[in-house]
Amino acid sequence: MKEISELNLPADLRYADDHEWARLEEDKVRVGLDDYAQDQLGDIVFVELPQAGDTFKKGEVFATVESVKAVSECYMPVGGKIVSVNNDLEESPELVNNSPYGDGWFVVINPSNPSEMDTLMTSEACLEKLKGTE
Amino acid sequence: MKETVGATGLILNEPLLWEKGKKGRCGYSLPRRDVESFLLDNELTGECPDFPDLSEVDVVRHYTRLSQWNFGVDTGMYPLGSCTMKYSPKTNERQAGLSGFAGAHPLLPTGLSQGTLKMMFELERYLTEITGMDATTLQPAAGAHGELTGMLIIHAYHKNRGAQRSKILVPDTAHGTNPATATLCGYRSVQVESNENGILSAKAVADLMDEDTAGIMLTNPNTLGLFEENIREISEIVHSKGGIVYCDGANLNAVMGIVKMGKIGVDVMHLNLHKTFSTPHGGGGPGSGPVCVKKHLEQFLPVPRIVEEKGNYAFSDNYPESIGKMQAFHGNIGVMIKAYSYIISMGPKDLKMASRLAVLNANYIKESLKDTLDLAYDRPCMHECVFSDEKQKDDHVTTLDMAKRLMDYGFHPPTVYFPLVVHGAIMVEPTETESKEDIDKFIEAFKAIADEARDAPDLLHNAPGKSKVRRLDEVSAARKPCLAG
Repeated sequence: MKEISELNLPADLRYADDHEWARLEEDKVRVGLDDYAQDQLGDIVFVELPQAGDTFKKGEVFATVESVKAVSECYMPVGGKIVSVNNDLEESPELVNNSPYGDGWFVVINPSNPSEMDTLMTSEACLEKLKGTE
Repeated sequence: MKETVGATGLILNEPLLWEKGKKGRCGYSLPRRDVESFLLDNELTGECPDFPDLSEVDVVRHYTRLSQWNFGVDTGMYPLGSCTMKYSPKTNERQAGLSGFAGAHPLLPTGLSQGTLKMMFELERYLTEITGMDATTLQPAAGAHGELTGMLIIHAYHKNRGAQRSKILVPDTAHGTNPATATLCGYRSVQVESNENGILSAKAVADLMDEDTAGIMLTNPNTLGLFEENIREISEIVHSKGGIVYCDGANLNAVMGIVKMGKIGVDVMHLNLHKTFSTPHGGGGPGSGPVCVKKHLEQFLPVPRIVEEKGNYAFSDNYPESIGKMQAFHGNIGVMIKAYSYIISMGPKDLKMASRLAVLNANYIKESLKDTLDLAYDRPCMHECVFSDEKQKDDHVTTLDMAKRLMDYGFHPPTVYFPLVVHGAIMVEPTETESKEDIDKFIEAFKAIADEARDAPDLLHNAPGKSKVRRLDEVSAARKPCLAG
């Protein structure tokens, strides 16, 4: 597993406590799993995603990730309606490991309350939190 | 370390039966036909199934070779945590093979199956006594089926009171089957976090328990091998809100006949005969998951139930509140006979002694290895103990690497990466089966592996090196499963 110093947590993203990332793209929010989470989970073998049109509140479970080690749930970093999902993950769940911030994205959300983005951590805050847990 | 039991032997390759044999070869001489030949109607005939043509020795060698690739509790120590891979005494097989039992058909009239019915009737009572509950059903075919039966009973109880509920409390140390069972019965699982000592606190339960919660599903001892010490207080909280306490009996081997579950607040629980009561487990199954209940839930037990009148045994369906049948027939009878045989041959004193020795063995391993492996919760354990790979982190060696390397030393790996609350968990359950010499060998092997992790980590990364096949590609197997061969 990676050392904290080896983690890639891009500065243009925001991070939730459970290691989902969120990127503001105009009025939409793209969401995925951060480098720490994919590294801790190990090789991901299955991702269960919601359907476009589903609506979830912040903190609700919207996806399930299965690795060779464990099954984990993913929580909405901001509430809103799912406008698109990454269907490539169905055939190629390894994208989450290989490209957590690129081809391994999970969903795009139309946020019901965009200011919820401000409740998420910056990359520095996320890194500080991880150092604290070491 | 001196010589280990793990060694390379000449392991023979063996193809599928369909790749063996030769057209026309036969392993059996049919007796001479002594009746006229007669053609069957066309609609009764068809293509023959595709069976290979094999001689007797082809078949015997095939299965003997396959069995030599296998590792079972008859081969060596199998410390798979929370699975209780104890030795299955051969006398059990002998009793189950008695022709009166083995030849019985489930559709025989009860007048011709009194022996089997008596065995079942008495086994129900033994299990009731061992757990301190009030009544038992033997129908469920395995542990998760027992959970489903128990949860349906809880559902029936609330329905009968006229107010169904929507949630079930499940601790974060639970087996994955617990929330799955709750979901199948239409309940939503609410996770209760265990405290810094690895057990549930009464407060955590009190904070979540309300009058829309049907009950709690806990495992005692839990999957960290720790006894839920606050069970009485927790039960009182759940009961005071009208809920039911379900106990997953997967870990009963620590407390057989010692803890009276009925007295500490448990209302319904299942047992695994294939764990606690020494019947074959895993590929050697099938299993059996009897469910025991307290008096107030007895009316909901599955039908038909076995009743006794003046020494005669019969089935009765006369339980209008029953959840119904859980099995086409009466459960896995062969497994019941083996468990019955175990209980009878052990007797009450030795059953308790078996639990005591299982707990002693686990604590011995915990104390002997706690300087070698990180111990998640350093306190007296029950029948199993949970380590992690924290101490090997700087060697870049993981739990999986150590588990695989253990095979080279001749041991089945322990349960790994479970329970989820411990990162990189290594969960060891020796059971009462193992002698001190064998446990010492296991401890020595783990110490040697920790040395290798430091001095020659590649030995672990490439392990196992002595088994018939090397490390399997679990990722591809999960991502691109090929089930057809």
